[in-house]
Amino acid sequence: MSASDRRDTPENPQRRARAQTHLWVAQRLTAMVLGLAVLVHLATILVAVRGGLSAAEILERTRGNGAWLAFYAVFALAAGLHGAIGLRNIAAETIGLRGRGADLAWLAIGLLTAAFGIRAALGLYA
Amino acid sequence: MAEPACLKVSVWRGGADGHFARYEVPARENQTVLDVVTHIQRELDPSLAYRFACRVGMCGSCAMTVNGRARWTCRTHVRKVVGAGGELELRPLANLPVIRDLAADLSPFFDKWQRAKGHFEPKDAPDGAVPEDFAVVPPGSKARQEADAGIECIGCGVCYASCDVVAWNGDYLGPAALNRAWTLVNDVRDGACAQRLDAVAGDAGCHSCHSTQSCTERCPKNLDPSAAIAGLKRRLFWDTLLGRR
Repeated sequence: MSASDRRDTPENPQRRARAQTHLWVAQRLTAMVLGLAVLVHLATILVAVRGGLSAAEILERTRGNGAWLAFYAVFALAAGLHGAIGLRNIAAETIGLRGRGADLAWLAIGLLTAAFGIRAALGLYA
Repeated sequence: MAEPACLKVSVWRGGADGHFARYEVPARENQTVLDVVTHIQRELDPSLAYRFACRVGMCGSCAMTVNGRARWTCRTHVRKVVGAGGELELRPLANLPVIRDLAADLSPFFDKWQRAKGHFEPKDAPDGAVPEDFAVVPPGSKARQEADAGIECIGCGVCYASCDVVAWNGDYLGPAALNRAWTLVNDVRDGACAQRLDAVAGDAGCHSCHSTQSCTERCPKNLDPSAAIAGLKRRLFWDTLLGRR
């Protein structure tokens, strides 16, 4: 355990390592989702702007479209978690911000970011 | 290449807060960096501390930082690394405490080897007894080939001193310990695979590796610790995803 870890409540290092592994796995899985989702997102943009881009046209496509909402909810969740876990790793390596408290804070930031994205998608759906 | 008559050698003296001392060493046609260090100690300054044993690339104890890069000094020809004006800069291995001069303290390196469970635990005889029969391990099997690829490590510490992640995170186990763990994970006779995978998981373990591959680039034995670490990550990824751990 590092000096910074020792500041946290004493915990089984094996459990800590498992939690860290779960974050790593989550980042890889969200990367796979994002790889696909970004392609769909870019293709949608290209198709959407072909006939000019207007609010009415966008809303016509998105209102009541459950598949569209599901796609962007998954996209936002993946983006939020992926970004937060990445920032967690950068903060740990550059400014030594480590430990369980920091991990929980990053997770909260990731979920919050995702919630903003999902709220925006809901706004276009409802 | 024209040979300078004299090498201008800067050598680290003292502990962590030491300084460089300059020595002039006669240049020879055939000369290793270890020859240069030995010349300084025998002819110029007997108080110089450094470490070597075999002089032929078997023991790994003469590793130092030569012109900013970790190398075995006994297998490094001066001509290949010397500057145009005959400059050589010698430091102890990086990422390790300095004992004195060119001798680094390798205790953290070997402690991490232990932490990564880098020792064989026989499956058939956990109490240390001798198994009744020989284990049959087909040399061509995938697991054995993975193990064989990393088995020749002699623990010189060059990869550890070259690793950026070790520099950023003092807890990180480092390439050599993880490479050793991967050889044992692939040893079908070993009985401690689950515990070993636990020991090498997480931020202090394989998951911090950025795969920048300095370890692989600089390993004097041409091993590929980077691939071993990728193997550990892959194994842990699927084990975690499929609930096998």
